[in-house]
Amino acid sequence: MSADNNKILVVGGGMSGLTAAIEAAESGAQVILTEKEPYLGGRVAQLHRYFPKLCPPTCGLEIQFRRIRENPRITFHTMAEVTQVSGSAGEFEVTVQVKPRYVNDRCVACDACAEACPSWRVNDFNYGLDKTKAAYLPYDMAFPLKYVIDMSACTGDCGQKCAEACQYEAIDLNMQPQTFTYQVGAIVLASGWELYDVSQVETLGAGQVKNVITNMQMERLAAANGPTGGKIQRPSDNQPPKRVAFVQCAGSRDENHLPYCSYICCMASLKQVTYLREQNPESEATVFYIDLRTPGRYEQFMWKVRDDEGVNLIRGKVAKVEQQPGTDNVVVTVEDTVSGRKLKETFDMVVLAAGMVPTTKNSPFPLPLSYTPEGFVIPELLPDGVFAVASMKSPLDVMKSNEDATGAALKSLISLSRR
Amino acid sequence: MEERKYAAYLCKGCGIGEVIDFAELSKVATREAKLQNVKEHDILCSPEGLEMIKQDIANEGVNCLLIGACSPRVKFEEFDFPGCIIERVGLRELVAWTQDPENKETQPLAEDYIRMYGAKIKKTDLPEPFQHEEELSKTILVIGGGAAGLAAALFAARNEYEVILVEKEADLGGYGAKLHRATPSSYPYTQLQDPPVFAKIKEVEAEPNIRVLTNTQVVKMEGQPGLLDVTLSINGAEETMRIGAIVMAVGWKPYDATKLGHLGYGASPDVITILEMEEMAKNGKIVRPSDGKVPESVAFVLCAGQRDPEHLPYCSDICCATSVKQALYVREANPNAAAMILYTDIRIPGQLELFYKEAQSDPGLMFTKAEVTGVEPAPGGVLKVSAQDTLLGENVAFEADLVVLATGMVPVTADDPVLQLEYRQGPGLPDLELFNGFADSNFICFPYETRRTAIYAAGGTRQPMGMGMAMDDGVGAALKAIQAIEHNAAAMAVHPRAWDETFPDPIMQRCTQCKRCTEECPFGAIDEDEKGTPFFKINRCRRCGTCMGACPERIINFKDFSVDILGSMFKSLDVPTEDDLEDEEEEVPLRLLGLVCENDAYPALDAAGLHKLKIDPTVRFVPLRCMGSFNLVWVSDAFSRGVDGMLLLGCKHGDDYQCHFAKGSELCAYRLTKLSETLDKLGLEADRVQLIEIAISEYDKLPQIVDDFVKRLQEIGPNPFKGM
Repeated sequence: MSADNNKILVVGGGMSGLTAAIEAAESGAQVILTEKEPYLGGRVAQLHRYFPKLCPPTCGLEIQFRRIRENPRITFHTMAEVTQVSGSAGEFEVTVQVKPRYVNDRCVACDACAEACPSWRVNDFNYGLDKTKAAYLPYDMAFPLKYVIDMSACTGDCGQKCAEACQYEAIDLNMQPQTFTYQVGAIVLASGWELYDVSQVETLGAGQVKNVITNMQMERLAAANGPTGGKIQRPSDNQPPKRVAFVQCAGSRDENHLPYCSYICCMASLKQVTYLREQNPESEATVFYIDLRTPGRYEQFMWKVRDDEGVNLIRGKVAKVEQQPGTDNVVVTVEDTVSGRKLKETFDMVVLAAGMVPTTKNSPFPLPLSYTPEGFVIPELLPDGVFAVASMKSPLDVMKSNEDATGAALKSLISLSRR
Repeated sequence: MEERKYAAYLCKGCGIGEVIDFAELSKVATREAKLQNVKEHDILCSPEGLEMIKQDIANEGVNCLLIGACSPRVKFEEFDFPGCIIERVGLRELVAWTQDPENKETQPLAEDYIRMYGAKIKKTDLPEPFQHEEELSKTILVIGGGAAGLAAALFAARNEYEVILVEKEADLGGYGAKLHRATPSSYPYTQLQDPPVFAKIKEVEAEPNIRVLTNTQVVKMEGQPGLLDVTLSINGAEETMRIGAIVMAVGWKPYDATKLGHLGYGASPDVITILEMEEMAKNGKIVRPSDGKVPESVAFVLCAGQRDPEHLPYCSDICCATSVKQALYVREANPNAAAMILYTDIRIPGQLELFYKEAQSDPGLMFTKAEVTGVEPAPGGVLKVSAQDTLLGENVAFEADLVVLATGMVPVTADDPVLQLEYRQGPGLPDLELFNGFADSNFICFPYETRRTAIYAAGGTRQPMGMGMAMDDGVGAALKAIQAIEHNAAAMAVHPRAWDETFPDPIMQRCTQCKRCTEECPFGAIDEDEKGTPFFKINRCRRCGTCMGACPERIINFKDFSVDILGSMFKSLDVPTEDDLEDEEEEVPLRLLGLVCENDAYPALDAAGLHKLKIDPTVRFVPLRCMGSFNLVWVSDAFSRGVDGMLLLGCKHGDDYQCHFAKGSELCAYRLTKLSETLDKLGLEADRVQLIEIAISEYDKLPQIVDDFVKRLQEIGPNPFKGM
C-alpha cells in the first residue's frame, strides 16, 4: 500500500462505521470517517443496555473512542455528509460537507452557553421525550465532548447570550459550512437505520393514544442519562406504569409497512421487559408476538425472561391499540392464536416494537446504487471499491453488525492493495 | 529518557480556580512533588496555554509534564506532546465539578492528587517496544476448510498474506458442499441458489498465496503468535511450520439424532434428519428409506433437540429456513406431495422473511405451531406425529410418509480442543462451557475474540449460523488475524489495548516461582518450566496487568504502570493525624483510596462530574488498567501510610462478565477473599477494602456507593496505624 492511495472513506459513525474505520486503521489504512450527527456512536449510544448481557453500550464505545484517540490514522468529521462522489475504485474523489456547529474546538463542555440560552428544541437524542436548549451537549458521554448550537431552534433575538456567557471564545455564530475533498481508494457505507414511523400503523395508536411509546423511547426512559433520569414513567402523568404491553412487529412483517422482519425487536422487547421488572417488582409485562425470534444462544435469554413470574408471552398479532375512555390507560385487542381466544386487555402503557428502516430509504447515497424497494442496498450490485455494512443491507443486531463491519474493513483494504 | 525535566501545568479554567487555592496547590507541586517548573494558566487548553507548554518543551527542555486540568479522556489532541512523558490528572472532574468549595476537605483532595501524580511521573518511563530476536512470521493458519475457513483464507490471501488452509477431510467445503441447494442470500430472497461454497473452493484453489492441505490435522502448537511453531499431520506425515496468527473455523457437527428416540429416530427408517434429507435431495431422489417410495406427505419437525434444556439449550439459527427449503424440494420432486412444517416459532429473520412469505403462498406447504410430543410407526407403513398446543387444536395427530427432524448444530470445540496448544494453561480455549461449547466470547462489541491471543474463531464453531453468515464471518476473522500480525510486528498490543507499546517486564532474579502469574493470566500468556519459572510470551499478552496484580514479589512491571508506581502514589498521600487537628473537638478526617477500572468506573466518575454530582472528598481515585492488576501489596502500602480504606470499583464478573480482560475483576474479587485473613492478623476490619461492581453508565449510583463506603469506614473508625 503506498501512502497516497491507502485512504478509506467510512460513511457513518455509528457502531458499524466505527468498527469498520478502526479495524481498517489498525490494519494500516488511513481512514476518513464522516458522521451526520454532532457525535459519534450512532444508534447504540441511545441504548440503555445491550441484549443479552444487559451491559451498557457506552462501555464498548469507550474502547472504540480510545482507539480513535490513540490512532493517528483516523480523521473524523461530525455534522458531515458526503455530497458528491466521482471516480472509481482506487481513485474516488469525495466531497464532504461539514455543517457549522457554531461551537469551535475551544469548547470545554462547561454548560455556560446552555445555561444562558433562552431557546429550546425538541431533543431528538431522547426521541422527543424532552427538550434541550438550542445550545446543547448531545448527551453526557458524547464524543467529541463538545456543545453544538441548533440554529433552527435559535431565535437569534437574545443578543448572543451564549457567546457572551462563554469564557473560552468557543462560540462562533458566524461559522460557515466547510467543504473537504478527499481522494480515497475505497468507500464503506455504514449509515445505519432509522426507526420506522409507527404512526403510519394507524391501528396501533402511536401519536394518537397518550401512553403508547416506541421501543427506542423505552430505551431512553430506562437510561440514567435519559429524560427521566432512568425512571420508567408513562408520558401522560409521569407515573411508573405497572402493567405494560409490548407489541411486536409494529410495522415489521407487514406487507403494508415493512415486509421484512427487523431482526432485533424480539430480543429488544425482552430486554426492555427486564428494565421494567428490575425497576418495579410489582410490575407485569405482556409481550404479544407472532414468532419469538431469539436465534442462536439468545434462546437462553428468552428463557430467563419467560420464567420470570411477572412476564406473559402471548402469541398473537395485535389488532388494535386504543385509549381507554375516561382514563390514560391503553386497551389492546389481540387474538391469542394458540388458545384461539380474543383478548381485550387494559395496560398502563404500551411499547411498540417499531422496526428498522435503512437510512438509504429516505436519503440515498450520492452514487447510483441499487436498492430494494424498501431502501436496502443490494450488495451484489455495488460498484467496485464500495462496500455496504450491516443494517444497510438487511436488519441485524449490534453483534452481527460488528462482525460484518470487521469483514468490510478487510474487503476495503484489499481493494486498496489491488489497485 | 536521558535527562528528565519536570514541569507541572495547572489549569484554573472550568471552575477549577474557583474551587482550589492555587497558591497552595503550586506549593505542593513545587515543594512536595518537587517538580522543577510549576505554572498556572487560566485556560490551559487554549492556544495560548498550549503555546506556553510548547515553549517550555522547546526552550527549557521540559519532557515530563504533569497536567492538572481536565480528564485525560478529553482535550487529548491538545495535550499531546510527542516524546514527552505526560501525566494528566482530572482536577476538573475529580475536584472542581464534584466537590463543594466550602468543604475544607476539598483543598487537601486537590493537593493529594498533585502529590500522587507527582510521585507517578517520577517513576513512569516512555515505552520501549519489545524486540524479538527472531523475525516474526506473517503467515496465517486457517483451520477448517468449510465456508468460514474458505472465506478467511481467500480474503487474507487477497490482502497479500501467505495462508495455510488446513482441512481434516479429503475435500474442502465442509457442510456447505453437502448441500443440494442453498437458501436465498440476495434480493428478492425468493429463489433457492446453488451452494456458493463450490465457487469459493475454485477461487481458493486458484489463489497462489494459499497452500491447501487436506487430510490434515493439527498435532501441536508451541511458542507465541508470530513465532508459533505449528506441527501438522498431513496425510499422516508431520510437518512443522511457523505461523503468525490463526483463524479457527473448524465448524460444527450434527447433534446425535439417536438421542431423539422420542421423536421416532431409530424406531422407523422413515424418520430422518435434516442432513439425511439434504443428502437424498442432492442425490436426486427423495424417497422413503423403508420402501423407496416417493412420499406423499412429509412432516418437518423443527427444533428437534434444540431449544431444549435436555438436549441443546440454544437455537441453531438455520433450521427453520433449511426446513422450508427442504419442503420446497419435496414439492418440486412431487407436486402432489404435502409438506407440513411443525414449529415452535418460525425464525427466518431479516429480509429472509420474504423467502418465508413466498413459501407460505405454496398451497402444498402447511405451517403450524406445534409442540411435537411423539413420532411413531403407525399401521399402513405411515408415521404418526402427535403434537400439542397447535394452531389447529390442543392435541392433534398427523400422518406422514416421511418425517424430517431438524437436528441442530454442535460446535466442534464442544469436546475437542482443536488447537493442541502447548500452553501452560492447556491445549484449547478456556471456559467454553459459558458458551455451550462454542468458541465464542462475551463481547458484543468485539467479535471473533478468543482468550488466546491472535487466534480468532469464525463460523459455526463460534455461533450457530448458516453458510452465508459463516463466509462473512471468515472475512472478519481474517482481518483480525492480519491486525494481530501487524500489531505484533509493530510491538503493539492487540485488543483491547491496541495502541499499547508497554509490556510486562519481570525482574526474574527475584521470582520465587510461585506460579500465580502463570495460573492467573486470563490469556494464558505465560508458560513455565518444571520448577515453575515463568516465561512471558509477549505476543500472547493483552497488557491487562493481571500478572502484575498476582505477583506477591512485586516484580512484574510496565513502563508506565507498576506495583511500585501505584505504591509510590499511595505513599505520597498526606494523611492527617490527631496532631494536625486545630480543634480537639474535631475528628481526624478519613483518607480513602478508590481504585477504579479505567475503561468503565473512571468514565463514570467523569460523567458524575459532568452532571455535577457531589462525591465524598475523602476518597482519592486512581485508575487501573484492569482490576486484575490490583496487587494486595498496595493494601499494606496504603494502610501503613495511614489510609483508612480502599474502595475498588470494577466491572461485573461471573457468567455475564463485562470485564474486557474476561477475568480481571473476578480475579480481583478472588484475591480479596485472601485479604481478609491478612487484615484479621493485623487487627484490621475486612470491610476496609471493598470491591463494588459498577458499569460505565451507572454514574448516578456513584455518590451513594461512595457515601455508603465512607459511612461504613466512619463506623469502623480510623486506621489504628495512622501516624505510626
